[in-house]
Formats: sequence, C-alpha cells, structure tokens
Amino acid sequence: MADLNAFAKAALKPAVFWLLAAPLLWLAWQWTAMFAGWPHTLGFNPIETTHHFLGETALRVLLITLAVTPFRDLTGWAPILRVRRRIGLFAFGYAALHVSAYLGLDLMFSLRDLWADVVKRRYITLGMAAFVLLVPLAITSRNDMIKRLGALRWRRLHMLVYPIAVLAVAHHWLMEKGNQPGPWAHAAILALLLGWRVQRAARTRIAKRRAPAARA
Amino acid sequence: MLIKRRTPWTLTENDVTPKSMYLSRRRLMASFGAAGIAACGPRGEAAGAAQEAETGLRFTKTDYFPAGDLTPVEAVTGYNNFYEFGTGKSDPARSSGRLTTKPWTVAVEGHAERTGTFALEDLVDFNRLEERIYRLRCVEAWSMVIPWVGVPLADVLASFNPTSDAKYVAFETYLNRDEMPGVRWPVLDWPYVEGLRMDEATHPLAFLAVGLYGDVLPNQNGAPLRLVVPWKYGFKSIKSIVRIRFESEQPPTSWNKSAAREYGFYSNVNPNVDHPRWSQASERVIGGGSLFARRDTDMFNGYADAVAGLYAGMDLAKNY
Repeated sequence: MADLNAFAKAALKPAVFWLLAAPLLWLAWQWTAMFAGWPHTLGFNPIETTHHFLGETALRVLLITLAVTPFRDLTGWAPILRVRRRIGLFAFGYAALHVSAYLGLDLMFSLRDLWADVVKRRYITLGMAAFVLLVPLAITSRNDMIKRLGALRWRRLHMLVYPIAVLAVAHHWLMEKGNQPGPWAHAAILALLLGWRVQRAARTRIAKRRAPAARA
Repeated sequence: MLIKRRTPWTLTENDVTPKSMYLSRRRLMASFGAAGIAACGPRGEAAGAAQEAETGLRFTKTDYFPAGDLTPVEAVTGYNNFYEFGTGKSDPARSSGRLTTKPWTVAVEGHAERTGTFALEDLVDFNRLEERIYRLRCVEAWSMVIPWVGVPLADVLASFNPTSDAKYVAFETYLNRDEMPGVRWPVLDWPYVEGLRMDEATHPLAFLAVGLYGDVLPNQNGAPLRLVVPWKYGFKSIKSIVRIRFESEQPPTSWNKSAAREYGFYSNVNPNVDHPRWSQASERVIGGGSLFARRDTDMFNGYADAVAGLYAGMDLAKNY
C-alpha cells in the first residue's frame, strides 16, 4: 500500500502533465492532418472549431482545478494537492491559447478591434476579464513567488480563481445561442464546487465556535 | 431596341457551367456505368439541362447565379444548423438518418380557399422544378453559395387561393422525439416555427426547395421540403416543413421567442445592424479555398435591387 502510494506520488505529476497536454496535442495533430490533406475532425470551419475547443478545454481544466480540494477532502488523499497549481497553469495555458487564437485568427492582431469587442460585447468583456485576472495567478504560481508573497497573501490572491471561474462560465453562457445544455452543465458543476466550499467554511466556523465551549 | 436589363445576381447561361451540372453529369455517367452501358458518354452530355440520376431530380437550369464559387457539396451537407438534430455543426449530418421523409404531408390552414392535408407530390409540381443558385448568409456570420432545386414559393401559395385576410404565412417544422435527438433538450421552444409577410412570401426570389446539388434534399438540409429566402438570415429558411398557415396577424418565430433582442421577425441580412453579440459587417466563407476567406456582407445578402422595395420607409435598425 505504501509502495502504491509512493508510486502514485511519483507518477502523479507526469501523468497530470500528459493528460492535460493531450487535448493540445490532439488539436495540433488535427491541424497537421488538415494541412497535409489527411482526414481530420476540424470540420469546414476549423477556426471556429479551434476557438470552441480551446475555450471549452480552458473552462473544463479550470473546473478540474477547483475540484482538487474537494477531492482531497472527500478521499483524504493529500498528495493530489501537489498538482493543483500545475492543473491551474494548464487552465491558464489553454485560456491564453484561446485568447491568442481569437486575437490572431479572428482579429488579425488588431488591438483596436480587440478593445472595440471588449467594450461592446458583454460575453467578450467577461471572458477577457477572466483571462486578465488569471495572469497574476499564473505569474505567482512558482514556489519562489509563494515565499516572496508569503503563504497568507498568496492564498488570498489565489482566491481570485473563484470570480474567474464565475466569469468564465458566464462568458460561455452568454456566447451560446438558444438554451443549450453545455452552459447549464458547467454552471451546475461550478455551483457544486463553490457550494462545497461555502458549506465547508460554514462547518469550520461552527466547529470553531463550539470548540472553546467543549473545552470549558 | 430590346434592352435586357440584368439583375446583379444574374449571369447568362453562357457565363457559367454550374458545378452542379457537371457533377450531376458525372453522376449520370456513373449510373450508366453501373448499369453496364459504359460507352454512352455522348448521350450523357446530350442530356443537357434536364438531368436525372438515380436519386437525382429533373430540373431546368438556373438563371440565378451570384458572384462567387459554389460551396462544395460536402460543406453544404456537413456543416449546418438543424438544432432538432443537435447544436453542433456536424450533428445534423450525423444524426438525421432516422428522419422519415416518405410519405410526407403538409397541413395547409388558415385564410385560404383550399386548405387541408396535402402530400408533398401534390404540393410541389415535380415536373416543373428549377435550379436556383443562391447565396446563404447565416446569422452567425458565415456564408455559402448553394444550388437549390425546387419551385417558387409564390406558385405553391397561389395554388391554395389565399384570401385577402392572409397577411402573413406561418411555417412549422416536423417534430418527432424518436427521430430527432436534439429535441430532448429545450434549446428552443419546439416545434420550430417561422413566418413571412405575404409580400415577402410571394416575392419571386422566395423559394421552396426539394433538392440540393441536383439530388433530393439530404435529411440534414431540411428534407423533404424547405424554405429558401436568400435575402434573410439562414434561420428564416425553415426546414422539413409540415405546416403552412395563412395568418392575418404576424406569427411568432422561434428565434424571436428565444431572444427577441437578437432576432427580429424580419431578420433581413444587413451589414449595418450588428447582432448584439457580434458584427454582421463581414462573413466567413465556408468551404472557400483559404482558412481566412472572408467577404464583406452585402445589404440584403446581395439581393437589395430585388427586395429593398419590400421594406421602403421601414427603419431597418428597429425592424431587424
């Protein structure tokens, strides 16, 4: 059992890396296949497919990041926390690719068009806000940054991930046409993950209040 | 002196040989080949304008041909919206196989002398089919050029003798939970409904299609009977029609019910009135040579000369 645990700990980081890199490798392969004239699944609007794929992957990886702590609480398997920052960085990476694809493939790197979109289109405003807020989290994800900021301040800063997730889900919600199941699913998962934390915080507060009384 | 004035979407037959023609010729040859009479090339050529392959349709060649290349048939049939079969662009092609199109009946109701339930063959005169090559502009800012086969909507509507109370025509799409996996989720308020003002519906450009690229309509493109209104956003061109009703009041339309701020009753293609969430000034050309192929969107999708008069005096920013 101890061996298994040791193996899991050792394999966890590379496993998470390759699992989360897989969507990007898949996408890169599809583009390669398309340019080579081989069968691919990008469809007749590869740019749109790419936008949606990168955006959805970013959002889902972000939700996975938020699922790490509840997973630890439920299973008691603490080593999972070691990959939380790594997963978060992947969420940032996919979000960055999503924004780059939009900026490069749609707007042809016109920052003026970008600003016009951000100001005018609410779903882009929210999506862009989510991405901008992710940047400081990505920058401060290295070990030495935790030391430099101090654990408390670092943790407070990284609580930004909650509003970021809300913004990202809202961005997806506002982008879809009609009443589609995808945004509902993401919103429901986010509600569960945030609800879990609210519930845990409330329990901790009650426990703290009771603890002195119990001692007395 | 006879001056023949050509509308902008018209080219003469000499200007182009539509791809659909040589494609259906090839198909014809192939069907001959399969029948074991391979050496009949000349006869295949001689078949000329009226073509009929095994599953194909007999129709007359088009006078309507917009600028721009035809969208490849794989793109027309593999990338489209038909939410009853799923919201992904390839969902309709993938999951419309169970749609039962034979037999097909259409209920005709409302302010007309001749109403009732009609078989498709009694509604559309299959001996008078014609081809129309139209530009299609989706509200999602992408576009295609598609060779439809069908009949003018005006002819079909006239056959019911609508009364003077008929100010609008409402259309309804087929709805069947077993055949349409997309309707299990209320993406829209099913069944899908659309409508036109009577003068729009009887405009010569308004078309009822039963075919595409010389063949009967594939299920995903709205088999066996769909509307094609080329100067309006694609969602106005309702698919798999089972009900036509002559109304005195403006009928409700699905996307308008879903988001009135974004989709109006008219939904004419208009590069100057943006969708609240994206620009309508330009469009991505689907199936075009380049990944980045875009073109500026034309007023009324390039049919302004023909249809602008329908909306004279109307504020198109308000009546979007």
